[in-house]
Amino acid sequence: MTEQSSPVRLLLVDDEVGYLEVLSKRLTRRGYRVTTASSGTEAIRALRQWEFDLAVVDLKMEDMDGIEVLKVFKKMDPSLRVIMLTGHGSERAARDGITQGAFDYLIKPVGLERLIETITAALASGAS
Amino acid sequence: MTSPDTAERSNPPRPRVRTVVIGLALIVLAPLVITGAINLQQFQVVYRNKVESELTVMIERQSFIVDSFIADRLSDVRIIAREHPIERLRDPDFLRQVLNLMREEYHGAFVDLGVVNEDGIQIAYAGPFNLEKADYSSAPWFELAFSKESYVSNVFAGLRGTPHFIVTTQRRVGDETYIVKATIDFEYFNALVEGIRIGDTGFAFIISRDGKFQTNPRFEVSLNRSPYAEILDGTMHADRIFIADGKDLLSRPSIFTFAPLKQGRWLLCYQQETADALDEVRKMVRLAIVALLVVATGALAVGYFVSGNLASRLAEADRERTVMTHQVIETGRLASIGELAAGIAHEINNPVAIMVQEAGWIDDLLHDDNPTSAENLVEIERAVGQIRTQGDRCKEITYKLLSFARKTDPSVRAVALNDMVGEVIGLTSQKTRYANVQIVTELSPDLPEIQASPTEIQQVLLNLVNNAIDAIDKPGGTVTVVTRAEGHAVVLEVRDTGAGIPEANLARIFDPFFTTKPVGQGTGLGLSICYGIVEKAGGTITVESEVEQGTTFTVSFPRESPKPAQPIDPTSEREGP
Repeated sequence: MTEQSSPVRLLLVDDEVGYLEVLSKRLTRRGYRVTTASSGTEAIRALRQWEFDLAVVDLKMEDMDGIEVLKVFKKMDPSLRVIMLTGHGSERAARDGITQGAFDYLIKPVGLERLIETITAALASGAS
Repeated sequence: MTSPDTAERSNPPRPRVRTVVIGLALIVLAPLVITGAINLQQFQVVYRNKVESELTVMIERQSFIVDSFIADRLSDVRIIAREHPIERLRDPDFLRQVLNLMREEYHGAFVDLGVVNEDGIQIAYAGPFNLEKADYSSAPWFELAFSKESYVSNVFAGLRGTPHFIVTTQRRVGDETYIVKATIDFEYFNALVEGIRIGDTGFAFIISRDGKFQTNPRFEVSLNRSPYAEILDGTMHADRIFIADGKDLLSRPSIFTFAPLKQGRWLLCYQQETADALDEVRKMVRLAIVALLVVATGALAVGYFVSGNLASRLAEADRERTVMTHQVIETGRLASIGELAAGIAHEINNPVAIMVQEAGWIDDLLHDDNPTSAENLVEIERAVGQIRTQGDRCKEITYKLLSFARKTDPSVRAVALNDMVGEVIGLTSQKTRYANVQIVTELSPDLPEIQASPTEIQQVLLNLVNNAIDAIDKPGGTVTVVTRAEGHAVVLEVRDTGAGIPEANLARIFDPFFTTKPVGQGTGLGLSICYGIVEKAGGTITVESEVEQGTTFTVSFPRESPKPAQPIDPTSEREGP
């Protein structure tokens, strides 16, 4: 979804820097304003500084669990949409994320179109 | 493994069978032989007594028969002498008549009949020989016959030249004394005694006190030998029935039985080989030995069968246990792999996700209005490089997993523990990263090798390290892996700064299926498998733990060869973030 006047502000949180890099390039090209954070701490710092419409958070990170990050995010900005990213075998933790307020979860590796669809759906749910 | 080791392992049932059979044989045969021997000994004594009493009864009866025969013949002659007037007795025709009657009555026991006057002249005679008017005045028996009312002679040849003996009785007519004399057929008398036969070797005969045979012995007898010599020279007394042991002419042990006849002037002798007399004992002994052999053979056969069966069952059980142990280890290994796989799936997902995105990025750029702009080409080049880097990362991960999951090789060889520690820490690096655990190694640089199965040791290490990581419930914990040589042992220590194990659980942690992990997350086999593997390698595994302080597992392997381990590959020694 592209809105020229006010681009969607995304926060990507993942400890795989390479992943953040390529994903942010691709999403930027689709018209999103992307900020990346390579750890939970960095993400929280970013959220403290700027406003975001949606965050994509990896479940497994070295310093902080994705669920912990989600909880902090929801405390800091209850209106923030959060999509969890997870690997095979960790779906349970991802579903836990939904009960903690995440909009949905996606299993890595995920195609860009699927990610954008989910992002669009999440933002639409927030608008209603 | 060396070949003697192998030979030793395939052999154990045999000594077990042999030991059981020998033990069984001793247990069964010893009492059998002892009681058998005692019984036989007692049986021999009892049977000897029985034989002796039978011999006594027999010879008593036979001596009675012989004595009665002589006494009866004597009384026959006495009746003849008393019954008939001397005139008739002097008539040979009358004598012949009487003789015939007596021969008929006694089946020829009497040979002849005669009347002898005081001058020793046979005045009347009836019999097969021509002995009328024969002169007996110088015959050895004549004096004795006239001095006694009745008389029984020894066996002698006399005028007729054949062995015989006579019975005489006196008849007084006024001043004159006659002797009525009857000759007893020697053959008839001999048959009386010769008929006494028991067993194969028993025979009887009569001797006079002066050492003359009164009947023919069936087998040769020397009266100069013991015990006849002693009896005849009076060293041994045979006034009543008497049993002696001695040897016959062929030096075979024999039993000699004596009974006095004719008021002790004759001796009825009975001789039999001891073995023959005690034939029943011999049969009994033979029977007992056969019975013993049968029982012993049976017992041994049963023992052999039972112990053989037992041994083969034990061997079977051993085999099954080995197979089971192998299966349990395999199961545990697969469980560890399963645990690993979850972690590795995550680990592999990241590079794959990057590759997918980079490929998508290249795709995006190629669909650009000017795909070959210098800027785009640089970006595509970078993306391709990234895909290659991430592919290598995947390769490394799968390689690590495969190196662990390759088929278990239980064969024992020299294992460099330090290298193994490096490999395992490499495998768990992803897990430690996410658990926020630091792994520290303190590896002794000149650690001797141990003899063990590399895959099994790898599994022990992986289980211990995984457990240590799992035990850490707070971020920032440390797992320390230590190796060191300690006397004749190579020691591996895995320490964690985790939650510790409550004392109540400490005793059970090596039990199979004991787990404190949530259902589905642990098989409870890890430590029990470690225990089994370490035991198999001849080592020990111990645990020390303090709640909230941490746990230390100490594995001690016997040091196999004195040569120092290969230098440690520094790249294998990985540590947490």
